[in-house]
Amino acid sequence: MIGLTSYLTLGAILFAISIAGIFLNRKNIVVLLMCIELMLLAANINFIAFSHYLNDLQGQVFVFFILTVAAAEAAIGLAILVVLFRSRHTIDVEELDSLKG
Amino acid sequence: MTVIDFLFLVFSAVVVASALGVVASRNPVHSVLFLVLTFFSCSAVWMLLEAEFLAITLVLVYIGAVMVLFLFVVMMLDINIARMRQGFVSYLPVGALFALLMVGVMVWVVGPVGPDVMGTPALDKAVRHGPEYSNTEALGKILYTDYVLAFEVAAVILLVAIIAAIALTLRTRPTTKYQEPGKQVQVKRNDRLKIVKMDADGNETGREAQK
Repeated sequence: MIGLTSYLTLGAILFAISIAGIFLNRKNIVVLLMCIELMLLAANINFIAFSHYLNDLQGQVFVFFILTVAAAEAAIGLAILVVLFRSRHTIDVEELDSLKG
Repeated sequence: MTVIDFLFLVFSAVVVASALGVVASRNPVHSVLFLVLTFFSCSAVWMLLEAEFLAITLVLVYIGAVMVLFLFVVMMLDINIARMRQGFVSYLPVGALFALLMVGVMVWVVGPVGPDVMGTPALDKAVRHGPEYSNTEALGKILYTDYVLAFEVAAVILLVAIIAAIALTLRTRPTTKYQEPGKQVQVKRNDRLKIVKMDADGNETGREAQK
């Protein structure tokens, strides 16, 4: 029987996969951004599951705003990435240490 | 097992498998395509939870705009794939350990195996609406009344994101040639045109004037 716990488990598994992705792809900023998108998706699954099982639409309103902010974040993040690649010719995280003291 | 249970199992299996594909793909382009599959099947899961408006929004806005933006950027950047994969295997044990630990703890808390915190009757108010119920209408009613200020702030955030993205990536190269209409309309005839008097038969005086 599929209930609230099943959806929460799906969100938890998705979140853990994206955590592992951040650990594994520590050189590629694009994949790091994608893992952050996956994390937001996992949070959204939890919000929508609770919204359905509490019969309360406010969870869906919150997901709406999370989607807005995530879209803005992706756009600005990718713009910064393009500028970075133009000036440094790499997106390796370990070489982006020019602010390091 | 009902049809909804079966669909949930199928779509959540696709979600998990394609999320693993995002993380483990060698080529970033494949990662983005796996991410599209993840979002698509996740929107099907949301559809099962009767969040139809958000499910369609996820497909239209997220897959249609944000993922295509990712795809553009990944294909535009010249990424050395072999160097990007350095350290993948050496980080694998600690990454997998962390992921398993997190998933174990979270499933123990919310899942069916540990303390049954989600089994309370307060969390079982799910209502299956009939075909006459419109999720979009209900969401719009609450969004344009109770949350209208937050809605406008979200619009401002999107505007700021547009301006920031354009301002960051716009560049004027010194070699780029472009028109200046203001200067074009101010040109006088004498700036462009020079009238040379010469005879029709082309004798010495005419050649002189041509020089």
